[in-house]
Amino acid sequence: MQPDTTASPSGKPAAMLSVRRLKKVYQTDGGDVEAVRNLTFDLRAGELACLVGPSGSGKTTLLKCISGLMAPTEGEVLLDGKRVSGPPKKMAVVFQEYGRSLFPWMRVRENVDLPLKNQGVPKGERDRLVDDALEAVGLSHVPRSYPWQLSGGMQQRVAIARAIAYQPEVLLMDEPFAAVDAQTRADLEDLIRTVWKKLGITVLFVTHDIDESVYLGERVIILSSSPTVVQEDIVIDLPEQRDQLNTRALPRFTELRHHVYEQIQIAKKGHRPASAGADVA
Amino acid sequence: MKALKTLGYILALPVLLVLAWWASTLGAVNFFVPTPATLAAKFGEVWFGPRFFSDVLPSIGRLLVGVVAAIVIGVVGGVLIGSVRWLRALLEPTLEFFRAIPPPVLVPVLILLMGITDGMKVAVIISGCVWPVLLNTIEGVRAVDGVLSDSAHTYGIDGWARVRYLVLPSASPQIMAGVRQSLSLGLILMVISEMFASSSGLGFTIVQFQRSFAIPEMWSGIVVLGLLGVAMSFIFQWAERNILRWYHGQKEVENAA
Ligand SMILES: Nc1ncnc2c1ncn2[C@@H]1O[C@H](COP(=O)(O)OP(=O)(O)O)[C@@H](O)[C@H]1O
Ligand SMILES: [Mg+2]
Repeated sequence: MQPDTTASPSGKPAAMLSVRRLKKVYQTDGGDVEAVRNLTFDLRAGELACLVGPSGSGKTTLLKCISGLMAPTEGEVLLDGKRVSGPPKKMAVVFQEYGRSLFPWMRVRENVDLPLKNQGVPKGERDRLVDDALEAVGLSHVPRSYPWQLSGGMQQRVAIARAIAYQPEVLLMDEPFAAVDAQTRADLEDLIRTVWKKLGITVLFVTHDIDESVYLGERVIILSSSPTVVQEDIVIDLPEQRDQLNTRALPRFTELRHHVYEQIQIAKKGHRPASAGADVA
Repeated sequence: MKALKTLGYILALPVLLVLAWWASTLGAVNFFVPTPATLAAKFGEVWFGPRFFSDVLPSIGRLLVGVVAAIVIGVVGGVLIGSVRWLRALLEPTLEFFRAIPPPVLVPVLILLMGITDGMKVAVIISGCVWPVLLNTIEGVRAVDGVLSDSAHTYGIDGWARVRYLVLPSASPQIMAGVRQSLSLGLILMVISEMFASSSGLGFTIVQFQRSFAIPEMWSGIVVLGLLGVAMSFIFQWAERNILRWYHGQKEVENAA
């Protein structure tokens, strides 16, 4: 039954990333916790999608299942048509906790370099990739600093540089800017769009911030509150060239934000979309 | 200027103590307490002769071998036990048992098993020094940050690379704390291992002096042990500063925030 949903007639997978009827139940001493009930969605190659949902709605759980850090209780994740069973080479993840995702005993440059070195990438090529990545996030000037010597926003830039240098086809980001100040956050949002356009990678950006999801995404997937299903999946038809001042001032931006907000409110009241219980997308 | 000040702080108390000692030995002559001058004379005479090669160096050599072996065994074992859940469940109760045995009581046992050899003395040192390193390493390995571990995992840093780039550095503050305890234990055990049925070494010589009422000589041996402890402590601090530079830096930043 599955192959026809994941492969186009040409035989090539239609979606870069497919999440199929994903369910995750945590077994704890206090009993079972159903973090994700039933999630199904596809990401096309080169798409920039935002996943927005309230805290505790299972966003991190979902990302851990997608990135192969955790096995789903039911359902599956397909990357380029292949089932994910461990961290795939084509994927990079940026976590919210920047302070805990970089190696504090390594300098900035070594942090960005390590995954490449571990892959056995030749030194010359590595140097070029690391230089380019640091340049792209605007951190060429601090390669010899330690992460903890940098501000939070800069640390998250290093984590992004590490992800870019790794040359993933899919980039997952779990509320990466939730803990940085507003100004830095705006800069980093623009950085993500720039990087996405330049590299043509598939990005799944998780956030609880409605404004951020609408500003960043080409598409917003709205999650219900727990037990989690996809509440709605909308296309963001804002101009491709986005700008913190002007885009956010567009009437369409306000409309979309209003819509997403409304959906989340509905979801919080416990209303589920008709399709949620059934095994259909 | 700053170096001079540091030196001042280091030497102030020792100088005062020696002065107090000198003053207290001025009048009354206690057979068991030599004057500083006698002790200093004896110190050079006793320890910078053939004894340096026949007793001091071999003792230090065994201490080094024992401590280094204990560190290697402790770290390797600790990484294994800390990373493999079933191994930990299997070994932990037994480890508690062995750890509870005071190493000096092993001396007679080891003499029976290995004879009065260098190997036996090194084994005594290892049997005591391995525990702080082992237990601290296990703890450090288990405390590896979850997010950091996930990051490494998503970038395919597994197996040996994970140990090399994630587990060991992450556990290094605890490992170093264990090593510090091992060093002082090692010195004690070095002496004890030489006190039973031995014919050379620092510990043996000191006991020998005591039995033959060569009191200033005995005291000078104790001074040698003290100086050895100080030297080890300095070397350790220097190594720790270099290995854990990142850790102290990070703590400083956290405390300032
Ligand atoms: N390791 C875990 N064990 C048990 N429950 C968990 C675990 N991780 C998350 N949960 C629970 O799953 C739900 C979803 O958590 P999470 O995925 O972190 O949500 P989000 O990232 O959207 O805030 C929460 O109710 C949380 O308490
Ligand atoms: Mg989360």
